[in-house]
Amino acid sequence: MAAPQIRSHIRFLLNGEEIALSDVRPDETLLDYLRLRQRLVGTKEGCAEGDCGACTVLVGRLAADGLVYETVNSCIRFLGSVEGCHVVTVEHLRGEGGGLHPVQQALVDLHGSQCGFCTPGFVMSLYALWMRNPRPDDRAIEKALQGNLCRCTGYEPIVKAARAVAANGRLEADFLVRERAAVTERLKAMRDGRRVEIGSGKDRLVIPADLDDLGRVYEAESGARIVAGSTDVGLWVTKFMRDITPVVFVGGLNELRRIAVHSDRIGIGAGVSYSEAFATLAARIPALGALIDRIGGEQVRNMGTIGGNIANGSPIGDTPPPLIALGATLTLRKGRGRRTIPLEDFFVAYGKQDRAPGEFVETVEVPLPAAGAHFAAYKITKRRDEDITATLGAFHVVVKDGRVASARIAYGGMAATPKRARAVEAAIEGRLWTMDTVEEALPAYETDFQPISDMRASAEYRMLAAKNLLKRFYLETTGTKAPIQVRRYEEA
Amino acid sequence: MNKHAAPDLSAARISGGVATDQRHDSAHKHVTGSAVYIDDMPEPAGTLHASLGLSTVAHATIVSLDLSAVRTAPGVVAVLTGDDMPGENDISPTGLHDEPVLATSKVQFHGQPIFAVIAHTRDQARRASRLGKIEYAPLPVVIDVGDLDPASDKLVTKPLTLKRGDAAAAIAAAPRRIRARARVGGQDHFYLEGQIALAIPGEDHDVTVYSSTQHPSEVQHMVAHVLGVPSHAVTIEVRRMGGGFGGKETQANQFAAIAAVAAKRLRRPVKLRPDRDDDMSATGKRHDFVIDYDVGFDDEGNILGVDFVYAARCGFSADLSGAVTDRALFHCDNTYFLPAVKAVSAPLYTNTVSNTAFRGFGGPQGVVGIERVIDEVAFATGLDPLDVRRKNFYDRMGEEKGRDVTPYHQKVEDNIIHRIVAELEESANYRRRRREIRAFNANSEVIKRGLALTPVKFGISFTATHFNQAGALVHVYTDGSVHLNHGGTEMGQGLYVKVAQVVAEEFQIDLDQVKITATTTGKVPNTSATAASSGSDLNGMAAQDAARQIKDRLIAFASQAHGVPADQILFLPNRVRIGNQEIPFSELIRQAYMGRVQLSAAGFYKTPNIHWDRDKGQGRPFYYFSYGAACAEVSIDTLTGEYMIERVDILHDTGRSLNRAIDIGQVEGAFVQGTGWLTTEELVWGAKGELRTHAPSTYKIPLASDRPKIFNVALADWSVNREKTVHRSKAVGEPPFVLGMSVLHALSDAVASVADYRICPRLDAPATPERVLMAVERMKREAAGLTS
Repeated sequence: MAAPQIRSHIRFLLNGEEIALSDVRPDETLLDYLRLRQRLVGTKEGCAEGDCGACTVLVGRLAADGLVYETVNSCIRFLGSVEGCHVVTVEHLRGEGGGLHPVQQALVDLHGSQCGFCTPGFVMSLYALWMRNPRPDDRAIEKALQGNLCRCTGYEPIVKAARAVAANGRLEADFLVRERAAVTERLKAMRDGRRVEIGSGKDRLVIPADLDDLGRVYEAESGARIVAGSTDVGLWVTKFMRDITPVVFVGGLNELRRIAVHSDRIGIGAGVSYSEAFATLAARIPALGALIDRIGGEQVRNMGTIGGNIANGSPIGDTPPPLIALGATLTLRKGRGRRTIPLEDFFVAYGKQDRAPGEFVETVEVPLPAAGAHFAAYKITKRRDEDITATLGAFHVVVKDGRVASARIAYGGMAATPKRARAVEAAIEGRLWTMDTVEEALPAYETDFQPISDMRASAEYRMLAAKNLLKRFYLETTGTKAPIQVRRYEEA
Repeated sequence: MNKHAAPDLSAARISGGVATDQRHDSAHKHVTGSAVYIDDMPEPAGTLHASLGLSTVAHATIVSLDLSAVRTAPGVVAVLTGDDMPGENDISPTGLHDEPVLATSKVQFHGQPIFAVIAHTRDQARRASRLGKIEYAPLPVVIDVGDLDPASDKLVTKPLTLKRGDAAAAIAAAPRRIRARARVGGQDHFYLEGQIALAIPGEDHDVTVYSSTQHPSEVQHMVAHVLGVPSHAVTIEVRRMGGGFGGKETQANQFAAIAAVAAKRLRRPVKLRPDRDDDMSATGKRHDFVIDYDVGFDDEGNILGVDFVYAARCGFSADLSGAVTDRALFHCDNTYFLPAVKAVSAPLYTNTVSNTAFRGFGGPQGVVGIERVIDEVAFATGLDPLDVRRKNFYDRMGEEKGRDVTPYHQKVEDNIIHRIVAELEESANYRRRRREIRAFNANSEVIKRGLALTPVKFGISFTATHFNQAGALVHVYTDGSVHLNHGGTEMGQGLYVKVAQVVAEEFQIDLDQVKITATTTGKVPNTSATAASSGSDLNGMAAQDAARQIKDRLIAFASQAHGVPADQILFLPNRVRIGNQEIPFSELIRQAYMGRVQLSAAGFYKTPNIHWDRDKGQGRPFYYFSYGAACAEVSIDTLTGEYMIERVDILHDTGRSLNRAIDIGQVEGAFVQGTGWLTTEELVWGAKGELRTHAPSTYKIPLASDRPKIFNVALADWSVNREKTVHRSKAVGEPPFVLGMSVLHALSDAVASVADYRICPRLDAPATPERVLMAVERMKREAAGLTS
């Protein structure tokens, strides 16, 4: 197969205007482009690391099932990655009669802004929520706002405004809803099947035409940086000013965004975002759905991918421990060749994964827990939502006739990689599934883990909490009616 | 403001007067993204950008400073060091000369700015600022204050002692006595808009600096001082800040000074906007404290004597630490009469960033001490903590039992805490829920609930008496529209709209006839910081004074021009009655202009009846007190320490509120911010003295999902300020911050359940899940010790 033709500019829609840009630095952020080059200064920089949400904009993209608008952190989203997308900023919002948008009106009416700096970000998050769910309950509102910090209001008036939006306007009359077909056509017209390459030599960005083209590009240039959601790599640029060139943007490859549901497993493409995976995982492995809800904020979940969470090899990535506990496998691709390995074997040491030059993560296959198996994943953080893990325990235990038939237990935040608790597993396997067994297994944690102290937690706390999570898991398998966790909302 | 619809000339009330719920004046602009913050302003042609080179050690002499790689980095135009300051290399707000703009021979904390690089783009400046090669000779490093001796270790400023009665004797004679220590962490402001200054050079020595500051006059003085020019050459302007919370009271000086020096030197506009990490590393925070207490009490829960030492991590310079630690002592009584008391402050020197003002200004830390003491007494006596609290309250207003004198010898004359607590106890069903929680906990092994009701009394006025003054400037234009300016700054708290309401009320014109304008040192001089909750008290009165001067002239003019006695001239909504006729306000203004009446006035206000003798520790530092109370219920997980705020009820006093909507926003926001301080907001320093929590990924302020699940907030609408404040309202910015204490005590209550409420958990703050779990573990161990 021949390589595709090359285009040397990106094309996208910015609010109402079609943009074609050939001067795009590979690590230029969308936020800097908006503020410095377009002077669209309604979008703010609060942290430049995807945590505060002041920079929130909507990005509409043509997914397999049509145009979808998602909130993203423009501070860590690279400009090159909006190729073929519709970028919507706060300046573009308008109501039915041309006045305030229903979301804006609700925030004004209910005193949802004080200093106002975070407000455009909240407007965009609430707008995305409204488009998806015009009558959200408080749980949905809080989930939509997990990636937006406000230091003034205490959030109460913002949540009240979110509840009140529906009274201010009809979704059918919303401007983006009405323009949906037209925008879809405009975005489709931008797709010309070409590879985009801008810049030369190392200082270059590449947007492959399709998955095969990615294989080709990356095999030829294995030193390139593959960027999907940029929720981690974005910070390498904004915080550490690291050189990440040449960059290969893969977020637009719908082939990498496929989810395949089988009777016994789920195949997740490396480009599937947390948000895209959520519904499928929550329906089939509820504990995993609940965990995904606590990764980053909504913007990060819309951008970040499970493949990226695995591929970057962090010891505190949230998806590897549960996926290891479930016995997931990883398929790596190089050029046109593929190999599949157990996920746990991918993590060799801190900063080192079993990935050859030119090889990239293509899919992860997640086996469903067997009927009757107990599965849970518990994330412990300083702040409940949008926080990075102190320790995360995932448990997959099959109990037969009162005894532990099999156990797969994995932790994050306890070692230099996501890691199985093999000594703990050995200490409970074959034993009666009782609190006594659990208590007797606890010393095995010292064999499995020697955690560190850092700004998130002390080693002592990590160890104690990790052990106690096994107790929690045991108690939850007993079917007790007593509450075992603090919960903000009753589980569905 | 654009052209308006004509004012309603028959209205019974103006639109937007005092004591009405008005939206924030910029609400429309906030939601549309059209509110302009300094970084949003169009940059003048040729604008350059600055970035700071920070120290990478905590304490050292600088052996050599090699900036050659910085100078030759792409886009770099100039590099400044402390030696390049044309005037003084000093921005110490106290005049102690202990804080350089840029460190020269010595660095005193990790993150201290050493040089500034100016480049064509911000990105170039940031990259270049990392290229400095600095050789350090290390000096001894002090990070934590836990092991320091307040009596002998280095202080940054003079400590304070408050004394009433003989505390030592009272404690010694008391039937019971407890001595222990409480620790409470600091707090980063985490204003969403970081520090920023844009300096534009003018002719002669002139420079205009757009600065995100709560204290334009001080920035003006500092910039002049650093430039070595008179203050008249420097103009500071700020329309709005994206949050301040005290973090832009003195901390804006450095950025403004550097931008101004660079702008004058290069004759080009220079903008300095540090990134979030530099901002959090290089600017001061709320002081963390170690509080040693020694309390004598009786079996009925009466406090008989207390001795406090409040030791604070101040950082390397004095900044506002003297006043902050003073205010901690001023609140070591909270709502309680202490029959014999001694309280000593220790503003300790450390090799950390110089801590500064933060909402409450030491007051909340003061309250942490006495509320811990209350907890100790309650656990020791087995009494309900609320009963211990009530038993020790100051006399209620009008009650003369002799329990009304504070540790600083001011009489508490306006105490309404009894009524507030009684009403809240009732509305929150405190007693019933306490019983229910005890029953729940008896049957719940893992999850435990806790409940606490805590009060606050907060002293209102700057304790430095001279700061309690304000100015305003009001112009009435010939069309009857009004231009309002005052020394207060808008940081989101709604000050601008409140003061505009006062002016609208005075003239009896609709609020939209009053244009609110950016705070600038060129219009109102020598202003105080917008701080100490004083914004509307001071500036509202100054603006009222200005409006009244113009009104008096209008009345005199109308009386003469229409031949009507002055007492027959009435300002009605949007119109004026002159004898038997009514004319629009705008018509009177037109006539007055034609009659050559001055339609502009400078207003002034100074708070009466306050004085303070710091050396004696006696006086009447506060004009009045604000009160409030909160009742919080939490649940904790005794396996992980995770917790949830189940419900909070608040009743808070804002006197006769100028704007209930704004005030409720302040109460809710302050409460959640106070809760963050005491729960998840943890500052962590590394082994080299580096701050490890310098961005929101590591420093966790509350989210929407951290606010109470049920959140009932009410104002004490019956309250009227007994002092003659603006329309008898009360200050609101800081006092409700202290209400976050209810959550800390509810967590403590839940932890205590593990040992059947027999042991005081001494839960320190911030009560992160880790601290909660460790407290639970300690309870288990100590309870086992009690029973064995």
